[in-house]
Amino acid sequence: MSGNMDKSVETVKMVNITKAFGKIIANENINMTVHKGEVHALLGENGAGKTTLVNMLYGLLKPTSGEIYVKGEKMNTFRPDIAIKKGIGMVHQHFMLVQPFTVIENIMLGMEQTKGFGLLDREKAKQDVIALSERYGLYVEPDAKIEDITVGMQQRVEILKALYRGAEILILDEPTAVLTPQEIEELISIMDSLTKQGKSIIIITHKLKEIKRVADYCTIIRRGKYIDTVKVSDFDESQLASKMVGREVSFEVEKKDKQAGEIVLEIKDLVVKDSRGIDAVKGLSLNVKKGEILGIAGIDGNGQSQLIEGITGLTPVKSGNIFLNGSDITNKKPKEIIELGISTIPEDRQKRGLVMDFTIYENMMLENYGNEPFSKRGVLDYKKIKEFTRELIEKFDIRPKDENIEVGSLSGGNQQKVIIAREVTNNPEVLLAAQPTRGLDVGAIEFVHKSLVEQRDNDKAVVLISFELDEIINVSDRIAVIYDGKIVDILDAKETDENEIGLLMAGGGVSNE
Amino acid sequence: MNKRKIGFILLSVLLGVLVGAVVLLIGGFNPIEAYTIMIKGVISKPRYIAWTLIRATPIIFTGLSVTFAFRTGLFNIGAEGQYIIGALTAALVGYFVQGLPPVIHILLALALAGVAAGIWGGIAGLLKSRFGVNEVISTIMLNWIALYLNNYIVFWEKFRRPNSEASFRIQDTASIRALGNFRGTDAGKEFLASNPMIKEILSTPLNYGIIIAIISAVLIWYLLKKTTLGYELRTVGLNMHAAEYGGINVNKSILVSMIISGVLAGLGGATQVLGVTREVSVLAAMEGNGFDGIAVALLGSSTAVGSVLAGILFGALKYGGPKIQSLMGAPSEIINILIGSIVFFTSMPTLISIISSKVKTLNSKRRGEVSDD
Repeated sequence: MSGNMDKSVETVKMVNITKAFGKIIANENINMTVHKGEVHALLGENGAGKTTLVNMLYGLLKPTSGEIYVKGEKMNTFRPDIAIKKGIGMVHQHFMLVQPFTVIENIMLGMEQTKGFGLLDREKAKQDVIALSERYGLYVEPDAKIEDITVGMQQRVEILKALYRGAEILILDEPTAVLTPQEIEELISIMDSLTKQGKSIIIITHKLKEIKRVADYCTIIRRGKYIDTVKVSDFDESQLASKMVGREVSFEVEKKDKQAGEIVLEIKDLVVKDSRGIDAVKGLSLNVKKGEILGIAGIDGNGQSQLIEGITGLTPVKSGNIFLNGSDITNKKPKEIIELGISTIPEDRQKRGLVMDFTIYENMMLENYGNEPFSKRGVLDYKKIKEFTRELIEKFDIRPKDENIEVGSLSGGNQQKVIIAREVTNNPEVLLAAQPTRGLDVGAIEFVHKSLVEQRDNDKAVVLISFELDEIINVSDRIAVIYDGKIVDILDAKETDENEIGLLMAGGGVSNE
Repeated sequence: MNKRKIGFILLSVLLGVLVGAVVLLIGGFNPIEAYTIMIKGVISKPRYIAWTLIRATPIIFTGLSVTFAFRTGLFNIGAEGQYIIGALTAALVGYFVQGLPPVIHILLALALAGVAAGIWGGIAGLLKSRFGVNEVISTIMLNWIALYLNNYIVFWEKFRRPNSEASFRIQDTASIRALGNFRGTDAGKEFLASNPMIKEILSTPLNYGIIIAIISAVLIWYLLKKTTLGYELRTVGLNMHAAEYGGINVNKSILVSMIISGVLAGLGGATQVLGVTREVSVLAAMEGNGFDGIAVALLGSSTAVGSVLAGILFGALKYGGPKIQSLMGAPSEIINILIGSIVFFTSMPTLISIISSKVKTLNSKRRGEVSDD
């Protein structure tokens, strides 16, 4: 970042911040100072308390103790409107946009300029927004509706929204989670231009690569406790990772070379509709072999969810066929498909994969409660079920080690372990893993990857759907790129790179039809 | 049910009682006197207790009905209609079927009432699982259909008791009155004469309905907790998407749940006819047993045991409450305010938790401790 600016001005200073929710301490004595024109990363695993900390800065929560200064002034009242007035802007991970409204309408929402008599002055607002967007290189289509624009542009709208309200300090919560590699590049250049013009940026992330790319300083918190603030250029990725996790971590997925076997799952010209009745999978064909991990790379919303739902029988297949070991399983009931040997780690674990109000053992029995020894003649044998659950808790190191605990109170990583334990124990022919590491911390990600590789090494077929390119490249043997409901290309994981896949993901490699 | 939940419910009841007291005060009545009358009116004589149980029986059944559907994520507003169908069927079987031995006749009447009401509930279940019709809407409609069907059949000349708005009485063989036949015998008369307390209890229409209700509650608890069917239904109730993913047939579960829910409400109607009214009559409006069931289920926090206890509490209020009118001139509508407030507070867990945390802070301050939240 450019150095011709006074970077000694402290725009945000958080001193000894502690936040307790009842007995749970989410933040404990955290210190963080952000300077003008600086990108400051807030690094920590999921549940480390990053969001809690910035929510206090944004006025959504009140600290239990400690002080926050914005541009030298102490914050006394914690309300978002006051934080906004002081120049804090926040772009949430899940965008807060009104879908049927245009870009301009969304940006002016709550800040409407009027011509008098309550009439909206759209022209004035539009000019202001265009001026802002040119100044910072934030390209948007002012009159397009949010529902019609890309995720990357929606994010730029969110940033403009904050700038329009006079933000000096921008908080970006996991901003790259939904972007393609190319869009990430664009975001990085936007951040560059923002800081050059004196804005400060706080970026929340657990992706070390990005921190190395964009951040000047990095504050690390672990389990709510302040660990360190470091100059990013002085540390490499694995050093940052071990500070975050508190132990050495490996990024490499250990994987022996392995010859894939015969085809297990064969998909031919599959068409599946989405919930609105529009074709989302549009004539997709794919083969998966024994003993391989097939990665499916693609941007969210290109038919991945419907592909999974179609294979598992949760959404009816409109046309095309799915064969498992040569026999047609198209449109069979979900239960039959599970019993035939397809298990799934669902995309949305809290919606599909688990019953949050059920205990661990009640979740473990979800797919085989009807089989012996778990039940006989319709009566459940809780003793057997609990025994079985305790074994899995031990084997998969699920914490806390108590089968009677409700799954909703487990951490994300442990919730995922419950699902993986259940699905892997089914001993499936094919394991479908849809975004199995979403929202998980480094340690849990390692575990998930290890489990997938183990399946592959046991000569099972694994399908990995993920939006994280790194993960796809590191874990898969072959990579299929999905775009607009079709597989546009299949690549050998060893012979490709992010750029090639990124272009295909964005529809770059597709010839015009 | 955990301790917190029970505490929460008791607090709701207490707050309801307080609201009732305030209303009484505003009306110029002494609340302590009123509540004393109510409590005495419920427990001071064996016969009062019997009446309370009689009043509680139908709403325990409808409470169980609403509870059961709710555990599958369904809001059965139709317990009212299913109750009417159960009552009507029991009256038809009780009157037209003749010459059966008592126990068989009773079982037949209960079974057919259960089947008919199960079908009635099942219609709403089918509409939902087949066509996605919201069960709240369909059961409300079915309530009215049940009401007018009842009135139509009561006016059927072979069934209607001449010069009345009611049907013929059921045969004695179908009666579930406590010691019904024994009472009439010489030995029975002698026994009652020497046991004035039992005689007093039996002066009420006390019947075996309450026992059937408790047995039903136990069966429902067992079904929900211990069987694969119960597990399926609970899973659907808590997370339909996960149930579907796990291979549970959600549509079938909805249908089964509504049928069983209907059976429970229908048994409520049947025991009322076989044990208390012995006839069905023309209904000018809904009697409200099904709607009381919703309140019972809510207060019982959708558990079988809770429904029995809440049913008895509401039965006591409904029986003991009106006594304040005759004895101290206070309007008996106060009971509706009381029940309403209790239900109101049970459906406001946030308010209750605020109140209880404030109370805790006050207590700890009084003890000189520093509060940290």
